[in-house]
Amino acid sequence: MTVPAVVTGIGVVRPTGLGTQQYWSATVAGINGIRRVTRFDPEPYTTKLAGEISGFDPARHLPSRLLPQTDRMTKLALVAAEWALADAGIDPATLPEYAAGVVTASASGGFEFGQRELEHLWSKGPEYVSADQSCAWFYARNPGQLSVRHGMRGPSGVLVADQAGGLDAIAQARRQIRKGISVMVTGGVDSALCPWGWVALLAPGHASREENPGRAYRPFARDADGWVPGEGGAILILESVEAFQRRGGARGYGVVAGYAASFDPPPGSDRPPTLRRAIESALREADVAPHEVDVVFADAAGVPEADRVEAEAIVDVFGPHGVPVTAPKTMTGRLFSGGAPLDVATALLAIRDGIIPPSINVDDAGAYPLDLVVGKARRRPVDVAVVIARGYRGFNSVMVLRGLSSGRRAPEMREGNWNGDSHH
Amino acid sequence: MPHQSGDAERRRVVITGIGVVAPGGIGRKRFWDLLVSGRTATRRISHFDPTPFRSQIAAECDFDPAEHNLTPREIRRCDRMAQFAIVCAREALADSAIDLGRIDPARVGVCVGTAVGATVSLEQEYVVVSDSGAHWQVDQGYAVPHLYDYLVPSSVAAEVAWQVGAEGPAAVVSTGCTSGIDAVAHAVELIREGAVDVMVAGASDAPISPITVACFDAIKATSPRNDDPEHASRPFDRTRDGFVLGEGAAMFVLESAAHAERRGASRYAEIAGFGSRCNAYHMTGLRPDGREMAEAIRVALAEARVNPDEVDYVNAHGSGTRQNDRHETAAFKRSLGEHAYRVPVSSIKSMIGHSLGAIGSLEIAACALAIDNGVVPPTANLHESDPECDLDYVPLVAREKQLDAVLTVGSGFGGFQSAMVLVHPDRRGRR
Repeated sequence: MTVPAVVTGIGVVRPTGLGTQQYWSATVAGINGIRRVTRFDPEPYTTKLAGEISGFDPARHLPSRLLPQTDRMTKLALVAAEWALADAGIDPATLPEYAAGVVTASASGGFEFGQRELEHLWSKGPEYVSADQSCAWFYARNPGQLSVRHGMRGPSGVLVADQAGGLDAIAQARRQIRKGISVMVTGGVDSALCPWGWVALLAPGHASREENPGRAYRPFARDADGWVPGEGGAILILESVEAFQRRGGARGYGVVAGYAASFDPPPGSDRPPTLRRAIESALREADVAPHEVDVVFADAAGVPEADRVEAEAIVDVFGPHGVPVTAPKTMTGRLFSGGAPLDVATALLAIRDGIIPPSINVDDAGAYPLDLVVGKARRRPVDVAVVIARGYRGFNSVMVLRGLSSGRRAPEMREGNWNGDSHH
Repeated sequence: MPHQSGDAERRRVVITGIGVVAPGGIGRKRFWDLLVSGRTATRRISHFDPTPFRSQIAAECDFDPAEHNLTPREIRRCDRMAQFAIVCAREALADSAIDLGRIDPARVGVCVGTAVGATVSLEQEYVVVSDSGAHWQVDQGYAVPHLYDYLVPSSVAAEVAWQVGAEGPAAVVSTGCTSGIDAVAHAVELIREGAVDVMVAGASDAPISPITVACFDAIKATSPRNDDPEHASRPFDRTRDGFVLGEGAAMFVLESAAHAERRGASRYAEIAGFGSRCNAYHMTGLRPDGREMAEAIRVALAEARVNPDEVDYVNAHGSGTRQNDRHETAAFKRSLGEHAYRVPVSSIKSMIGHSLGAIGSLEIAACALAIDNGVVPPTANLHESDPECDLDYVPLVAREKQLDAVLTVGSGFGGFQSAMVLVHPDRRGRR
């Protein structure tokens, strides 16, 4: 028997939403967080819109010592983790030694910090490079800082698979739970909204050139012209059912019931894309039939070829118009390693409240035979949600989330029968 | 349900192919020859003019991608670290004699560790788009199409997956200086849980660039022994004064024992156990007691079902910083007890430097080759041990010894501590 892993805490930092309540109500209402870039002058660049987080004052949340040492994304991650732990009602310092670990996803390094230090090096000289550069920019900075801040000494890690990596990190956290670790802090938060990060994000030519925020990121539309970069993500607390029950009365959002990852054949290959197989494998692990899935959170690249491949995989598995499909990331832009963990958080809240949040700005839903949830949220019971995340160059990851069997209470643990313990 | 012994064979993971790019020579044979010779491959930095820097030493690879049959397109789009990874993956596949045409691509995965990814290309491109740091608002007109691949290092996993034709899970593990152990451990886990039968896994880093050197200068982590670069990497020696930056890669073909047996593959070693812990203490500092590394070792040995006194060789992190060498000496004593004083412990960083995320996989390669050859590689440049480092560090000269169980460890920024146990596939493997 495998030990189910329960999500018991959520911390979100996202355009239009700092904290779960603010973000969830904005998400259900379909509020667009995409607008003209303010952190630098976007005029010289081919993309001028972003999903920026505004009103984030790290000094209000973090010790002053940490402020000059860390990149913006690390500050955001530290705050999200604090909220997630508080939401779960866990203080890692009170747990037994090595009972808690951190596995997060990363896509870009701490680029804003890095750009400043590269500028110091190249315009002034090596002696002007900050002593914090080595730890502020590298891809493992977030779990490092999180473990230090909360005294978490269990197994930790960082997964990178572009925008698919967020799910890989949650899956890796679940492996640690299965191996006996009680609490894992997981998810991902990304930000590279400095000019240097910006030109790198735009390099593949997939970012939208549209200047109207209402028309910039329209996945699955016939005339989709790309995505909009954003910043933020979500940190989740994952616990073993046992640890969760031992704490008695604690809340839980749902379980990570299935996961699979695949990699597509190279461009130009005559072999088929692998997303369909990943969806089917994840459903198989969750012991869920396609008709039992209540909603699919799409990767929603907004790039016609990628949209087509994803739509075909969804239709192949669930049938034409077979399942509600949504992409709340149309409100925030793509958040790189933070996007999929945010979708997982959103899926869990959809399960909690029985609301499927909408995709916005997608006015042409007829391009593919998908039941896209557009314009406004849809009320219906949600027990099983599928999250799809795809990364540049061919990464696919799929996760199946499932509600707890009796509202937000601890599930009963029955050997061999956990996955069949549905409340349909 | 498959019967128990079949399950057990599926859960055992063996190394059937090794590919190496290392300072001192490309390919696993030259790598091993260097290690047993005790020669060093550290020198004055030649990749750029190191004169303005505090530490001017590195262990560089003499690597020409064109000599290794990389196409001009691959050379153009791949950072040096991705080029290393591709060359290593090819060597490992050839070494394993695996016929991938006969394996379902869905059952083959890729996992690559790296600490700093495409940092050399990133810096080069930064210099271009910013006009050598003159402009904060960098010029998009000069940005190359592959800049995103440099930004997000999972591009290296994609490159390797394309080489291999893998369509199973692909990812990069980036946990700083333990990436090379952690990436292989991740691959082992995927085989054990049955997601795949074969993983092409390892790690690559090519960090020798002005920004990396400046980073380590700023915290005085690297050796300033600029007048004597060949002897600058001196783990455990009383006169050690920091690590020497390196570069390189090692990739492996990993298979379930059942899969390897079915195709009659020869095996270097079994990866029998892994443990990782965080010190949650400081991003760069280490507590002298080695507590968390000792715990990682304990977990790895328990998973491998190897008793502490059965460890025949310890491949140390041995970076040559004052705090590391004391920290891990304490960790070995804490985890292995009295046996710590008897078991040979050595650091190959004394010869090939510290290639950040790659080194963990290079050290796994060294352990697998040590088991295969029955030889313990030495610690070069060790003439007089630090009084606080009082174990048998195999100074200067390699030693013949039958190795049934070996331990390799890593320690890195962020507080990550990892340990892995490799065992002889026949003498120790089948329990």
